[in-house]
Amino acid sequence: MIPTSWFLVLAAMLFAIGTIGALTRRNGITIFLSIELMLNSVNLLFVGYSRLLGDPTGRVMVFFVLAVAAAEAAIGLALFIAIYRHRHTIDLDRINLLRW
Amino acid sequence: MSTEVLALAKYLVVVAVLLGLVTPLMVWVERRGMALIQDRRGPNRVGPLGLLQSLADGLKFIFKEDIIPASADKLMYLLGPVLALVPALTTFVVIPFAPPVEIDGSLVEMVVVPGEAGVLVFLAMASLGVYALVTAGYGSNNKYSSMGSVRAAAQLISYELALALAVLAVLLPVGSFELASVIEYQRSHFWNALLQLPGFFVFLVAMFAETNRLPFDLPEAESELVAGYATEYGSMKFALFFMGEYANMAILSGLMATLYLGGWSLPGWSPEPVWIDALLGAGVLAAKIALMMCVFVWVRFSFPRFRYDQLMRLGWKFLLPLALVNLLVVSALVVWGIY
Amino acid sequence: MSIAVFAIFAVLTLAFAIVVVAHPDPVKSTMSMVVVLFCLAVHFVLLGAPFVATLQVLLYTGAILVLFLFVIMLLNLQREHVPATQGVTQRWVALLGASFFAGFLGMLLWQAQGSALEEPLTEGFTSIRGLAEILFTDYLLPFEMVGLLLLVAVVAAAMLARQLGPPGDTAEEERR
Repeated sequence: MIPTSWFLVLAAMLFAIGTIGALTRRNGITIFLSIELMLNSVNLLFVGYSRLLGDPTGRVMVFFVLAVAAAEAAIGLALFIAIYRHRHTIDLDRINLLRW
Repeated sequence: MSTEVLALAKYLVVVAVLLGLVTPLMVWVERRGMALIQDRRGPNRVGPLGLLQSLADGLKFIFKEDIIPASADKLMYLLGPVLALVPALTTFVVIPFAPPVEIDGSLVEMVVVPGEAGVLVFLAMASLGVYALVTAGYGSNNKYSSMGSVRAAAQLISYELALALAVLAVLLPVGSFELASVIEYQRSHFWNALLQLPGFFVFLVAMFAETNRLPFDLPEAESELVAGYATEYGSMKFALFFMGEYANMAILSGLMATLYLGGWSLPGWSPEPVWIDALLGAGVLAAKIALMMCVFVWVRFSFPRFRYDQLMRLGWKFLLPLALVNLLVVSALVVWGIY
Repeated sequence: MSIAVFAIFAVLTLAFAIVVVAHPDPVKSTMSMVVVLFCLAVHFVLLGAPFVATLQVLLYTGAILVLFLFVIMLLNLQREHVPATQGVTQRWVALLGASFFAGFLGMLLWQAQGSALEEPLTEGFTSIRGLAEILFTDYLLPFEMVGLLLLVAVVAAAMLARQLGPPGDTAEEERR
């Protein structure tokens, strides 16, 4: 029997790792991956609490988070492709002007 | 015997049969079948009827020089063939290969993993097969490989959708994801192949596309892309790809047999929970899989290959709507109580 | 036994998450992300949610990350070339901030142990039926909205990523 709080702490650590990635990387896709990592850590939290409180609502939320993450990934990557066509780079340090 | 030990035993038996028996046999069947259809003899020198040809090929592969291209991304290049075996080694765990047997007084299901999310686990592990193609194509650092792998990956994910929808339509009247329930349903009603003809057709076509077999084998087309994503692979790595492909074919045929043709059951036969009946059931399933594999070989040498845009158009504009309509009709029939 | 499984997969998750965040090559990052998501699916199973775990592998690993890989391969993204002297302050601040945050949050979550009942996993808890019943009664509206959201996402992605005019358009713009 593993105490559920271990899973919750693991989720917190994953969230922190994702945040570091989102703050320090320059490559747009890697930042995107770090955000997905954060989303997944939240999923783990949801399932952990669903287990702790005996409420299946947590798992329903995971279902929705999964679907929304899919939609967001599709649009985000389409945006990256469109940006790449114009700027030929995904390096976010170079795409920092809205218009010139 | 504890459940884990039993599950491990079942798993090892199935893996041994799959990789040790089915794959070499399939190579022989393919080459003799190809020869028969093309009006020639095929391998008939090595062993009786050429049966040891697969063994000779295997030995040849082992003795060949193992090359890694200098400009290849080493990790991805070496990961490709390994990942190709992942769906082959994990998807079959939810297919019941025999009727339940009584061991030590309790009824034991002949499934490696009798879980509630049966078919979903199959689809989940099967969807991991895309990574083998993508890593192989990307890691080879070669124009033909990249093109082949991108095409193969796009093909796989397109036809995965139609496959999943066809499977879903079968599960609706049954009311459960477990394949044992599907077999029970088919024992009390007719085989699903007759009950759900459009879904059967969709599954059949999607099955060919999922295993990269003709008429959908553009990703590895010999006359077009050298060898597609497997261009830079030789000796055992190439053998691993093709072992994975044949094992995949056998497992998908097993899934088709279970979902649409009744699995280990025959109409009018109720097996007792004894070993003899379990072996008979396994034999029935094996016969159905063998029939399906012969159809694979037959189709391969009878049809021309689809062009890539025709392939995509077929998957998205014909098969997916057909699968959706099938699902709609089946759900309507279930709601109205006909199923 | 399950503690050993948890320990192994927790270490794997954290190790590969660090690789995702730290490796300069986006392809290796994505492949490490695949491993992380798979390990998370194992954690879901340990927490009594095998259906969610299967969905995670099927959708996230099997479709979304493939999309990521496709885009990386399509755009032929190379390794990041960041000189070691640039952005050092930014990295240290991020590391410190995130560690503080993780420590604080972890401490809060740690106190959750022993404060609620942890019943052994029952068949009713892990069943798909329970999830389906709630999903299609209490959460029907969000379910339908998510369907609409996915449709909008598909149309938007197709529109955003298409080429305006014949290919070679951007080359002409550059010459201008």
